[in-house]
Amino acid sequence: MKIAVLTKAIPSYESSIRVDSSEKWIDESVVNYVVNESDSYALEEALQIKEQAGDDSEVVVVTLGSEANTSKVIKDGLAKGADRGLFIKNDSKTTDPLTVAKIFAENLKSENFDLVLSGLQSDDLGSGQTGVLIGELLEMSTATLAIETQVEGDKIKVKRELESGWFQWVTLPFPSSISIQSGINEPRYPSLKGIMGAKRKELNTLESTPEAQNQSFVNLFIPKNEKVTEKIVGDSDAIVAKLMDILKNRLKVI
Amino acid sequence: MILVVLENQRGKIHPFSIEALVAGQKFAKNLNCDLAVLCIGEKVEELKSQAQNFKSSKLILAKHSLIDMYSADGYSKVLSDVITELSPKYVLFGHSYMVRDFVPRVSAKLNIPFVSDIISVDFNDGNPHFSKQVFNAKLATSIEISSDQALLSFQSAAFSNDDIEEGEPESEVDFNVQLSDNDIKSKSEPEFQESSTGVDLTAAELIVSVGRGIESEDNLPSMESLAEAMGAEVASSRPVVDMGWLPPYRQVGSSGQVVSPKLYFSCGVSGAIQHVVGMKGSKNILAINKDEDAPIFEIADYAVIGDVLEIVPKLTEEINNSK
Repeated sequence: MKIAVLTKAIPSYESSIRVDSSEKWIDESVVNYVVNESDSYALEEALQIKEQAGDDSEVVVVTLGSEANTSKVIKDGLAKGADRGLFIKNDSKTTDPLTVAKIFAENLKSENFDLVLSGLQSDDLGSGQTGVLIGELLEMSTATLAIETQVEGDKIKVKRELESGWFQWVTLPFPSSISIQSGINEPRYPSLKGIMGAKRKELNTLESTPEAQNQSFVNLFIPKNEKVTEKIVGDSDAIVAKLMDILKNRLKVI
Repeated sequence: MILVVLENQRGKIHPFSIEALVAGQKFAKNLNCDLAVLCIGEKVEELKSQAQNFKSSKLILAKHSLIDMYSADGYSKVLSDVITELSPKYVLFGHSYMVRDFVPRVSAKLNIPFVSDIISVDFNDGNPHFSKQVFNAKLATSIEISSDQALLSFQSAAFSNDDIEEGEPESEVDFNVQLSDNDIKSKSEPEFQESSTGVDLTAAELIVSVGRGIESEDNLPSMESLAEAMGAEVASSRPVVDMGWLPPYRQVGSSGQVVSPKLYFSCGVSGAIQHVVGMKGSKNILAINKDEDAPIFEIADYAVIGDVLEIVPKLTEEINNSK
């Protein structure tokens, strides 16, 4: 089986996020890029499917973006056990999910993947659409928020997470594009051997041409705080004294 | 025309769909156009019986036995056919898990942009801009559309159920659904709930919620002691459950429980959108986080900027001493 794992480089949680002078994007110079969290679960799921199959299945880690931001993401995937990398070079910073999906679909088409796995959404733009869009564009079956997968011959059975603790099993024929919910497995860490071996693995770079967008950012801004928020600062004793007052006298909960 | 798509959540209109209908009524008024409401599935009557109480121009019933259960294949085909026939300018949805599952398929089939998880709309004299949260809710963006049509989904509480205009649909039509077995490639099984021996967080008056900011599972007992001292239930964000520190039934958020206690006391929760949708209805929100930019502070009544691992044990001791 040939499995593609879509991974995205996103700013780490700890990164400082500031709007740049164009007001349409962030100041990337102060940002540390890491692998999008749910994409790590997608990669782990792909590696486990390959290991369970025990055959010559192939896991290909795929990313799109600028070289500076994404190089770590591909290296991380290869170090964890992906067989090869595909880097779709695109510096356009497109924010339209359908445009992004068209670029992916165009570049992935000739690979004829049986399975495309992606994280349920990126923690930067959070549209949560890419995997499904690519699935439709490549005429694959699709499912989202998978919390368990079982390969059964030419089909894959997926436990989908619904809201409020409900679930549903769906059986999809290959080829299939499935988005993975976080918590589905325990993502592995790269081994030293893996890190060393990653350097010898195949990494292909594909050039993509910028495409028109149908939805675009007018601007980026710091969200307005609609609530009156009382800030409580100071050393921990001062904070605790203040909290005791709030809990006891204002909220009357203790 | 504005088209609102209603989702059937086990026999009732999904609450997010009612909010989308509120949005639809506002869109129709602002843009001075008709509002059509689509009921889809095998059990359209369940949706219809409720939708009949709300003001709209037209109720459209798309009924077929092949979509007796939700199917991304079936729903995306039927909705694409409806959009092709009616050419609505905007198609509105609640941003539910089901919508996330099939609406991108419609977007790709018809080449219409899908703006998902919108938190507010600026009608901007007929050229609406849509706001959404980005970069883990640390920033927001305003989005404009350059195509004739768009699919739009709204985050819960972007519009309020209280604003629904009651009344009735001016007309009702059956849509001629064209579906065959070949259209449904994936087979769905009935929805089920995992047997949870869990707690009903929705009934809790006080909740102490922990996030990954507590850094390690070893620090969990300290947070539990605070909950015990306050007589509160312990809840958590998703990462805490994913790491196995707490069982899934403790989780608050889009994939967990939706709570509205008198006090939501959050410890080291960053405030990712998926978590916030599950607790923003709390009467009072108190948050401790050392990151001053943590998005949780945007919805907090009390924003404590400090080290949760230092503050919580001291506070617990004070509470216990005061008893």
